[in-house]
Amino acid sequence: MSQHPVTLTVNGETRSADVPARLTLVDFLRETLNLTGTHAGCEHGVCGACTVLMDGEPVRSCLLFAVQADGAQIVTVEGLAPDAEGLSVLQDSFCEVHALQCGFCTPGMLIAAHALLTRNPDPSDADIREAIGGNLCRCTGYKQIVEAVALAARRLRGANEPAPRERSHGG
Amino acid sequence: MAAEPQGFRYIGRKRRPKEDRRFVAGSGRYVADIILPGMLHVALVASPHPAARIVAIDATAALKLPRVKAVLTGEELAGAVEPVFTGLDLPKMKRNPLAQAVVRYVGEWVVAVVAETRALAEDAAELVQVDYAPLPHVIDPEAALEPDAPPVHADHGSNVFYRRRFVWGPVESDFAASSHRIAYRARWHRSATVPIETFGVMARWSAAAQLLDVWASIQMPKYPENLARALRLPGNAVRVHFDVDVGGSYGVKRGLKHSILVGYLARKLGAPVRLIEDRLDNMRGGDAHGPDRIFDIEMAFDGDGVVRAMKMRAIDDVGAYAGRAPLQLGKPVGAIVGPYRIKSVAYEPISVSTNKTPEEAVRGFGQSPTNFAIETGMDLIGRKLGIDRIELRRRNLIRREEFPYAIPSGSTYDSGDYHAVLDKVLAAADWNALVQRRDAARAAGRLAGIGVSCCLEPSGGNSAFEPLLNAKNETTTWMEGCQVKIDLTGAVIAAMATSSSGQGHETLVATVVGEILERDPDTIRVVHADSLGALPSNSPVGSRMAIMLGGAAAGAAKKLRTQLVAIAAHNLGVAPEACVYAEGAASSAADPTKRLSWAQLVEIAHRKFHLMPPGMEPGLQASHVWEVPTGGSLPTPDGRVQMYPCYAFEAHVVYAEIDRITGQVALRAYFVGHDCGVMINPDIVHGMTYGGIAHGIGAALYERFQYDDNGQLLSGSFMDYLIPSSHEVPDITIVDHCTPSPLTTFGQKGSGEAGYLGAPAAIASAVNDALAPLGLHIAALPMTVAALGDLLATKADAK
Repeated sequence: MSQHPVTLTVNGETRSADVPARLTLVDFLRETLNLTGTHAGCEHGVCGACTVLMDGEPVRSCLLFAVQADGAQIVTVEGLAPDAEGLSVLQDSFCEVHALQCGFCTPGMLIAAHALLTRNPDPSDADIREAIGGNLCRCTGYKQIVEAVALAARRLRGANEPAPRERSHGG
Repeated sequence: MAAEPQGFRYIGRKRRPKEDRRFVAGSGRYVADIILPGMLHVALVASPHPAARIVAIDATAALKLPRVKAVLTGEELAGAVEPVFTGLDLPKMKRNPLAQAVVRYVGEWVVAVVAETRALAEDAAELVQVDYAPLPHVIDPEAALEPDAPPVHADHGSNVFYRRRFVWGPVESDFAASSHRIAYRARWHRSATVPIETFGVMARWSAAAQLLDVWASIQMPKYPENLARALRLPGNAVRVHFDVDVGGSYGVKRGLKHSILVGYLARKLGAPVRLIEDRLDNMRGGDAHGPDRIFDIEMAFDGDGVVRAMKMRAIDDVGAYAGRAPLQLGKPVGAIVGPYRIKSVAYEPISVSTNKTPEEAVRGFGQSPTNFAIETGMDLIGRKLGIDRIELRRRNLIRREEFPYAIPSGSTYDSGDYHAVLDKVLAAADWNALVQRRDAARAAGRLAGIGVSCCLEPSGGNSAFEPLLNAKNETTTWMEGCQVKIDLTGAVIAAMATSSSGQGHETLVATVVGEILERDPDTIRVVHADSLGALPSNSPVGSRMAIMLGGAAAGAAKKLRTQLVAIAAHNLGVAPEACVYAEGAASSAADPTKRLSWAQLVEIAHRKFHLMPPGMEPGLQASHVWEVPTGGSLPTPDGRVQMYPCYAFEAHVVYAEIDRITGQVALRAYFVGHDCGVMINPDIVHGMTYGGIAHGIGAALYERFQYDDNGQLLSGSFMDYLIPSSHEVPDITIVDHCTPSPLTTFGQKGSGEAGYLGAPAAIASAVNDALAPLGLHIAALPMTVAALGDLLATKADAK
């Protein structure tokens, strides 16, 4: 199996490795870099559990080879929080609303929602449903996820406004 | 819409689940996340035939590949392990993790290949040559019942795994006395829960310790014991680590065959071995399909629509092998009349084998198909008599004052107020407005319908269906345990004895322990003990954990509270009854200045034996193991038994429109009234209910394991097996109601199957309401675009 050098930025860190041509990006993240927050659910590009940001766009890391990510900026769920002890507003909103159960689809869901909020600070429920439409969740029926993303959007929009505003939940 | 709970400090209040933080941080620990040095990987060679004799296996080329460690056949494995256990009495049906001599379904595992990476194992698996001699096969369950059908298991003698006709009450005379009757067929095609995480297991054998360590994505009663028995090891030589997060299960994650295979390989190879199913492994050979049922039903009723009696025959196609799944015909006996006052029932469950993937337990354990079958009849009766569907249900629902209510098949329903819940959901849905909306849509030329269903969620999971369907099985115990301790620093730790797959058990335990000890649940640590360190558990099946684990944790906490009070009383010089416990401190009722704080009580228990009451154990630790309430009895000779103790109720209202051309169903509004007694954590209960409805939408409209006549699975990927996304699941409104159970610690009932148990029936009701103006009717799920499109085309063609 031929090996190929790749260098990419993952969660702000430069990572280099020699990888087999057939190694998928999800396996590279999970097994080579030990970033196990990204999950492999269907490995044929439908469920969205493996969603990561590549150069700012959500992509299926099971449908990409690691060599295709050479030179790219990758963000995984481990890269969403501001620091090791904290959570992003979106992550915290998922906790506040209980927008998950088993947690398996959650990293992909967070990435998809994060990408939405980056480009649209005031999404409608329909916008949110569209943004997570490629991420299957078997536990929640999506309702609390939509609520959590809407809550995060409200909180993020209010971040620079003077009081009164919603009580912070920490993180 | 939850009412504020009365009399509780933490129970029923909004609290962030303890588990969520690690999951949003990407710090969940699923089985595929566990890396051990020297770990080896399994890939599988699967049968391409629905039935065939294995003539020869040639693994020479596979074994020549570098870094390939082993190739395992069914012959070798069958000689070294016991077959997978079965719930029915079927001594001639052997279920081996790898096929031995004969394959019985497409996808059945024939050879396991072990290599240093999964990719290498797959490379090698492709090089394994298996010669097969095809045998006759049978795919249709009714064809499989014919005397001349090809036998799936020749030694068993027929394809019938189980058949019995139960008669509870004067069915024939009730039928004779009724002025009306209907007969109908309802079909529930094969679907399952299909979690986003596939099943996975890893095992490591220590020769020095003579101990097999197992990490698995498991949700299964008595998994450690069953695994040890199959591997011919003492129970204490298998240690299952329950601190593995399970990425969804809803019943199906029972990978015993996978675990036997991996356990054997780990021991044989002296290295950690793991098998993580890929999606095709999971959907074809993972043995995780769900009920596949044909109901033939007759109902007898009077002109006012009051149903007196029912005859139900249920054929369940369990696929090629029986495990615990055929018992899914037994569980619905506990709610065989649904929420209705049907006085007599004849029930004939038939479990039949075909050359398909075996069935496994699915959310509700057979109850959702049964509810769909009953509700189909309620709608048909209403239509036949010209009685409004809601009114018809009101006439038949058990009334509040009738509880506890004994049904003909031996179970007593604990409590409920079905009419109140139905009224509430109709009000929330604004029924009249919904009817106007439907009628306006119809006037505009669209196909529009409103669906209704009422049903029960039996909860508090017992295993009474085991002795009911298998006289050799005398299981009447279905206990659950929890240990709670307070350490020297005053921290509270609770240990549960099972893994979780999203139900929030850590939150459950922390909340009830906090409630009893009056300590903040956020400060309580809940751990998943391994199987050797754990108390007995029967795992989170049958909507039982809020009741059983909640009750066990509360029971242990109550013992600790009693100890704390006793220590205080002894040191304050008062009787324990004269002591007041509040927020961890205890004081004299007569003189509140005489008080010992939490820290002082803990200090005494851990360090000051001289201040301890005589005879009390030092330290602060307590265990509580308890039997399912109302459990403990074998069935009567005529098959009456108390199934589960508690019965939650739900009433669904859904508005749907169907595209006339394509047959595509769009759910435009969804309401559910839900009464599961006291909710421990409303966000968790609501989440499971929303998710259950989404799962029910899949079963009703999209999801089907479809086979062709040659036994090939046509829907083995997410391109063909369609799981509802955020586009298909509408915004759902839950209307809570609370009728406490008199049988449980806090009045709670189960909720893990909520939504799923009534959604398919409600959606079918809506579709049929939409089709009614065309004179069309359909009683088969899933009502796919293809099925409805074909049905609508019959009308278009006729024009």
